[in-house]
Amino acid sequence: MANDNKNSRPSEKQDAHDSFHSRVRGVALYGYDERYDRELKVYGANITVRHKDAALMSDLYGTGVNDKFLYEDDVLKLKSIFWGFNILDFAPMLDGNAIMTTNGKTSEVSLVGTWTEKHATLSTGEELSTGLKGLRTWWDVQGEWLNENDNASVMLGKLLASQNNIHVGDAITLTANGMSKNFIVKGIYNDGGNDDEKILMTLAAVQELMNLTGKVSSIEVSALTTPDNDLARKAAQDPRSLSPDEYETWYCTAYVSAICHQIQEVIRDGVAKAVRQVAESEGTILNKTTLLMILITILSSIGSALAISNLITASVIERSQELGLLKALGAYNWQIALLVLLEVMLTGLAGGVAGYFLGIGFAQIIGQTVFGSYIEIARMVILIVAVILFFVTLLGSVPAIRYLMALKPTEVLHGK
Amino acid sequence: MSKILELKNVSKIYGNLKALADINLSVNAGDWLSIMGPSGSGKTTMINIIGCMDTPSVGNVILDGIDISKENAGSLTRIRRDKIGLIFQQFHLISYLTAVENVMVAQYYHSMPDEEEAMEALAKVGLADRARHLPAQLSGGEQQRVCIARALINSPEILLGDEPTGNLDEENEGIVVDIFRRLHDEGVTIIIVTHDPEVGDVAQRKIILEHGRLIDDIDQSATFGEALKLKGKG
Repeated sequence: MANDNKNSRPSEKQDAHDSFHSRVRGVALYGYDERYDRELKVYGANITVRHKDAALMSDLYGTGVNDKFLYEDDVLKLKSIFWGFNILDFAPMLDGNAIMTTNGKTSEVSLVGTWTEKHATLSTGEELSTGLKGLRTWWDVQGEWLNENDNASVMLGKLLASQNNIHVGDAITLTANGMSKNFIVKGIYNDGGNDDEKILMTLAAVQELMNLTGKVSSIEVSALTTPDNDLARKAAQDPRSLSPDEYETWYCTAYVSAICHQIQEVIRDGVAKAVRQVAESEGTILNKTTLLMILITILSSIGSALAISNLITASVIERSQELGLLKALGAYNWQIALLVLLEVMLTGLAGGVAGYFLGIGFAQIIGQTVFGSYIEIARMVILIVAVILFFVTLLGSVPAIRYLMALKPTEVLHGK
Repeated sequence: MSKILELKNVSKIYGNLKALADINLSVNAGDWLSIMGPSGSGKTTMINIIGCMDTPSVGNVILDGIDISKENAGSLTRIRRDKIGLIFQQFHLISYLTAVENVMVAQYYHSMPDEEEAMEALAKVGLADRARHLPAQLSGGEQQRVCIARALINSPEILLGDEPTGNLDEENEGIVVDIFRRLHDEGVTIIIVTHDPEVGDVAQRKIILEHGRLIDDIDQSATFGEALKLKGKG
């Protein structure tokens, strides 16, 4: 029963609640958090999905089995999970081996079939563009990227190309399962890793060559994730150990373990694993960036409070005769304090509105300069800024109000 | 005549200094009293205490039947608002408010601003045609008259002036004294601190302070009318 409950989609109320929390987190300075996260995606996929048996063998022996596959039909379902919006990019991969013949030489080579830039329409009507091109942004490509539907071309890793003296535009023949097929080298990529010894082809081409229609070995996923905390670490070990409340909180937060869990719900026989190094590095950087931003916000607030305090105190001292006169005319201390606070709040409001729009302007300049795109403005910022403004102004007014309370009309009205 | 103000053995002590020493004084309603004395004699201290802006260290001050020496700051504010009209040497008008608005400020903290009433008060001091002017657009004498109108607007029991003619030339001094005369005729109690012997002499009664002590209390009733004629327009 409990399990049924856990496996069901959490209530809308909880969605709203956690969406609020995630939004508040995202609010952190005009959504820079999310922007940083997106920037960090240049480090590639942070989740890999494999067949459960292949994943088990990989965990036990450090190598996968190649006779268990996932289904290509399932791949697009990744966008249908609860955190589908956070799935930025993904690409199915099908590994294979073939004999390559070129320039009169033959050699055994590893093949990788994938979506390079797949365009699809989801059942929700959403247009989607995904593929390896978005996951290998650091690749240095000589020639061109492989076209998604070009089943007669390939891309070669730089090492493989140089070992066999192959250039862009050359022809190669690949033989597997008794079938031979000619391909044109469309591009040569430099990955800087093991992929430099492989041949990259369209998924359909490898499926045909390996006689594995509709099958994929793994799926690489790049997802926006929330840095792990104790709850996420506990859930990563075993989601069933969570209480229903913890489960809902965890499920509705974009922890990498929660996203992996949801991926497994839609990919048949799939096991999703976080690429820990990438995910944890991202989490660490994000945590530190968030901390830095919070510190900057706190220091700015303290600076503002001090500035406001100085300005108000100076203003009150300058107007001490006028305020002393009001006391002499019968104004109570609280009436004078209210008058000054009202003036300060109205000035603060005008300053806050101006500051908000200036802040947005600077945020966009920073967004364009640093990230090359505009920063989305969270509406929640208005409310948070208003509350912070109120309290910072109130705090800054304390010394001036204390001065006002102690002000005696006799001290300021008898100046000769 | 009923006593509007009574000081009984009033002293004000700052450390070793006695700013006021054992003062006894009675003022009847409708009296015009001048307080005179050299600098440091305790005139301002006395007026601060009478005006509910300070309290005595020793003794009692009975204002319109209330012992204000026992009241807290809030009560003193209320009593000052209801019973005292203050006039200052330096006028203390709010620079960004017009003459009539300056008068209405006193109404605001007393009850409710009423522009018509404020205009009447200004008319009483001969400034109806200057009501919309800012203080900077008024002469010293006119500013002091706005100050008097502001002091009168809430119909106080006592009009308290601290060197009200101190910053005025002779002509304006005469105009202000003339206004005091008319107010006195209407039954307003006037207490004025002054350095100016001529202004001191026009009052019904004059007390002299020296080193915080009341050294003389002079009844000027006999010369009251004559002095006024000489000083004011009346």
